[in-house]
Amino acid sequence: MKKLLTTVAILCAGAAHAEGELQLYNWGDYTSPELLTKFEEETGIKVTVTDYDSNDTALAKVEAGGHGYDMVVPSANYIPIWREKGLIQELDLSKLPNHGNIASQWVDVPFDPGRKFSIPWQIGATGIAVNSDAYSGDINTSAIFLDTPEDLVGKVNVTPEMNDIMSLALWYVGGEPCSEDPEMLKAARDALIAAKPDWQSMDYGMTEKLSANDTMASVYWNGAVFRAHLQNDKVQFGYPQEGFPLFMDSVALLSDAQNVEEAYKFLDFIMVPENAAMISEFARYANGIEGSEAFMDEAMKTSPMVNIPPEMAEAGEFLPTCSAKSLEYYTAIWTELQK
Amino acid sequence: MSTAPPDPKLRAEVRRGWLLSAPALVLLAVGASGPLLIMLVYSFLEAGQYGNVEWALSFKAWFNVVLTRDIFDDTLGFADAHLTIFWRSAKLALLTTLFAFVVGFPTAWFIATRSPGLRTALLFLITIPFWTNLLIRTFAINQIIRNEGFLNTGLLYLGIINQPIVMLYTDFAVFIGMTYVYLPLMVLPLFAAIDRFDMRLLQAGYDLYASRWQLLRHIIVPVVKPGIISGSILVFIPALGAYVTPRILGGGRNMMIGNFIELQFGQGRNWPLGAALSVVLLVVVSIALIVYTRFATGSQDRSHG
Amino acid sequence: MADRSFDIARLPGFATIAVTVFVMLYLPIAMLVVFSFNAGDSVAIWEGFSLRWYPEAWANEAVKDATLRSLQIATAASLIATTVATMAALGTTRRRATRGQSFVYLMINQPLMVPEIVTGVALLVFFSTIKVATGYQGLGYLILAHAAFCTPFAYLPIRARLEGMDLALETAAADLYASPWQTFRHVTLPLVMPGAVAGLMLAFVTSLDDVVITLFVKSAGQDTLPTYMLAQIRRSVSAEVNAISTLLLLLTVVLLTLFFLLTRKRT
Repeated sequence: MKKLLTTVAILCAGAAHAEGELQLYNWGDYTSPELLTKFEEETGIKVTVTDYDSNDTALAKVEAGGHGYDMVVPSANYIPIWREKGLIQELDLSKLPNHGNIASQWVDVPFDPGRKFSIPWQIGATGIAVNSDAYSGDINTSAIFLDTPEDLVGKVNVTPEMNDIMSLALWYVGGEPCSEDPEMLKAARDALIAAKPDWQSMDYGMTEKLSANDTMASVYWNGAVFRAHLQNDKVQFGYPQEGFPLFMDSVALLSDAQNVEEAYKFLDFIMVPENAAMISEFARYANGIEGSEAFMDEAMKTSPMVNIPPEMAEAGEFLPTCSAKSLEYYTAIWTELQK
Repeated sequence: MSTAPPDPKLRAEVRRGWLLSAPALVLLAVGASGPLLIMLVYSFLEAGQYGNVEWALSFKAWFNVVLTRDIFDDTLGFADAHLTIFWRSAKLALLTTLFAFVVGFPTAWFIATRSPGLRTALLFLITIPFWTNLLIRTFAINQIIRNEGFLNTGLLYLGIINQPIVMLYTDFAVFIGMTYVYLPLMVLPLFAAIDRFDMRLLQAGYDLYASRWQLLRHIIVPVVKPGIISGSILVFIPALGAYVTPRILGGGRNMMIGNFIELQFGQGRNWPLGAALSVVLLVVVSIALIVYTRFATGSQDRSHG
Repeated sequence: MADRSFDIARLPGFATIAVTVFVMLYLPIAMLVVFSFNAGDSVAIWEGFSLRWYPEAWANEAVKDATLRSLQIATAASLIATTVATMAALGTTRRRATRGQSFVYLMINQPLMVPEIVTGVALLVFFSTIKVATGYQGLGYLILAHAAFCTPFAYLPIRARLEGMDLALETAAADLYASPWQTFRHVTLPLVMPGAVAGLMLAFVTSLDDVVITLFVKSAGQDTLPTYMLAQIRRSVSAEVNAISTLLLLLTVVLLTLFFLLTRKRT
C-alpha cells in the first residue's frame, strides 16, 4: 500500500516544470521543427508545441484557465480581444533588442501600435484551393464554395474558421465584414445555408488532404496550399475577387505564463531575419521581419501563392475586430450553419 | 453453525462491506459522479462572451436547447439545429445497433455451436478487435475507404471503376466506421446468452416438426433475449454519444451529438449550452437503459414456463 | 453424443455470415499492419518490405514523449483501480444482497453507462476550476480520471472470480480457528489473485486506449499516445501512424493472451 502511494506521488510530482522549458500554443502545421532545434541548441530551452485549429478554440481554451501554456499566436483581429480580457501581457521591450527588426509597415498596426503586445509570426491570405484536375474554370472567386460549379459538387471543403467564412460570404453578397446590417447578414446566411448541401466536409488539415487527393477544393490559407502544391502540383490557389481576408498572426506572451524569461528569449530569437526566414520556409507564408527575404529560397520569392500578385491584391483586406452586436449575429448564423 | 446469525455479527458484516467499498465510492464520486453534478450546475449559468462562464444564474442555455429566437425577425421557433443533430445521432445509433445485431447474431451462434477448443479460439479472435484501440480501428477504415485508399485503388486497378468513389466524409463512412467499431460489443453478450441455451429445446421443437425458421422465432430468440438486450445496450449507448469515429470519418459537415457538444467547449464558446446538451444526452441514455432493462426483466418473468 | 443436435443447431446462412464477419473484422486491421512494413509512403500501393517506419516513429520526440506518458498514466491508474476494485468486490459479493450493495454496484459501473463525451465534459468543467484555484498542472488529474473509469473494468472480473469461489474453503479456515485477517491473507487473497491480475490488465488496456476523456482533461504538453495519434490522423496520412498502431496492437494481443490464460476455467 505504501509503495503504491509513493509511486503515485512520484508520478504526480514528476510533472513539475523543469528549467529551460517553454510551452507554445500555436496553429497546427505552423511551427518549424528546425527553428525549435536551433533555438534549443543556442539557448538550451526546450519548446513544446501544442496545436490548435482556430482562433476561437485557442481563446476558449486559455479563457478556461489551467492551460499551462506560455505563448499563443492569435490573428490580428483577435489580439484586441486578448488584450481586453487581460489574457496577454505587455512586453518589456528592453528585453527584446531585436525589436527594431520588425518591418516598418508592420510596427504601428491598428491592433497593437508600437508592437508592445505581439511579435509578428507570419502573414497570409485566405482564399480558395482547387485541384486543377477536377475543375478548370476561374478559381479567383468565392463562388467555388458559395455557388459550387457542377464539377466540384460534393468535393469542396469549407474550413470552419468562422470569421474567415463569414467575411467571404459577406463580401460575396455585397456587404462588409463585421457588418451590423441585418439585410446583408441575412443574405450571407441564406447564401451559406443554400450552398452547404454541395459541400463535402467542414474540416481542417487540408494541406495533407489536398495533397492526397482526399479533397478537390477548399477554402484555405495560401501558405498551407503552397505546401500542398509542392507535394501535388495540381493544387492551385485562387484569390476571391469579391473580397478576401488578409491575416497576420503574432506571438503574444500569456499573462499567467510560467516561463517568462525563456519566452523573452524566444521572442527575441524569432526577430532575427535568418530565423524569421526559417519560420516562413516551413509553413510557406510571408513574415514581418525586415531583411528575411535574403534568406528565403527562390520558390518562396517567386510563387504567386506566397507573394500576392498586384492585380489580385486589391481585393484583400485585413479583418477588423467585430463588435459585440456583430459577433452575436455571426454566432447565430454560424450555429444555424452547423446543423 | 446456527441457522439464524446473531444481529451484531450481521451488522459487523454490513459495516465491513461498506468500509471495503468506501475507496471505490470515493474515487468514483470524485472522478465521475461529482463532476456530473457540477456540469448540471454549469448548465444553469451564463455563457461568457469568449468561452467559460459567468457565475450568474441563467436559464438561457436550457431555453436554447429547445427553442431559438431568430436573430433577424425575432420570432420564436424550435431549435431544429439541436433536434436535427440529436435525431441524426439517434438514427445512426439505431441503424448501427440493428445492423450489428443482424450480423452479430449468426456470428455468436456460430461460435457457440463449435467444439470447445474451436470456440475458445474464436472467442479470443473476436475479443482482440474489441480491445484494440478505437483510433486504430477507425483509422483502419479511413485507410480503406479514402479516395486513394485500398478499396478505390483496388477497384481502379481492376478497371471496375474509372473514378474513385467518394466514400470518406459521408454519413455512410460514419455508419461503416461505427458498425465496425461496435460489432464485437454485440457479439460477446449474445454469445454468453446462446452459450447457456439448452440445445435440447431445439431437438424437442424439431421432433415436433417445427421448421428452422420457426425454431428461431419461437424458441431461440425468446430464450436468448437477455443477451440481445445487453448487446443492444452496449452498442446503442456508445454509438449515440460517439465522438472519435464521426470526427475522423465524418468531416465535420454532419455533426453527431458528441461532436456538437465538444464544439460548445471550443469554437462554439457556449459552455452552459454544452453542459445542458450533455445532461439531455445523459437523460436520453438513462431512459433507453430503463426501457431496455424493463423489457429484459419483463420477458424473463414470462419465459418461466 | 452431441453430434445429432449439431444438425439442428446448424441454421442456414449463419456460417457464411459468421465467417464473413471474421474476415471483415480483421481485414482493415491486417491492411494496417501489412502497410506499416511498406517501403513507400502510400497506404494502398505496396512498394516492398521495409522496417523503416518503426525506428522513424521512435525517433520522433513527440511519439516517445506521448508513449512514456501513456504508460505512466496507465500503470498508476490501473494499480489504483485494481486495488480499489478488489476491496469493493470483497465488500459486495457473497453477502446478503442489500439495497446498499446495488448502490455500490451502480456507482462503480457508472462509467460504463455514461457516454464518454459527457464524462469528459464534466471533468473538464470540474478540473478547470481546480486548476485555476490550485495552480497544479500535473498528471494527477489524468491519473484520477483514468483510475475512475478503469475501476469497473477491474471490478467485473474480480467479482466474477469471487462469485465462482467456494465459500467452503473460508468456512473451513474459520473452523480451524483462523482469524478473519489470516483467512483473508492465506485463503481468500491467493484464490482471488488471478481475478485481480486479470482485472489489472483490463484496466491497463482501457487506460492506454482512452481518447475522449484524456482529450478533455489534459493540459499543455500532456499528450498521450492516443491523443497524439488523433492529431496525426486528422492531419497527415503517413505510415508512421501505421507503425505505432501495429505496436499498440501487439501489446494488446499480448495482454489479452495473458488475460485469457488467467481466466481459463479449470475443468
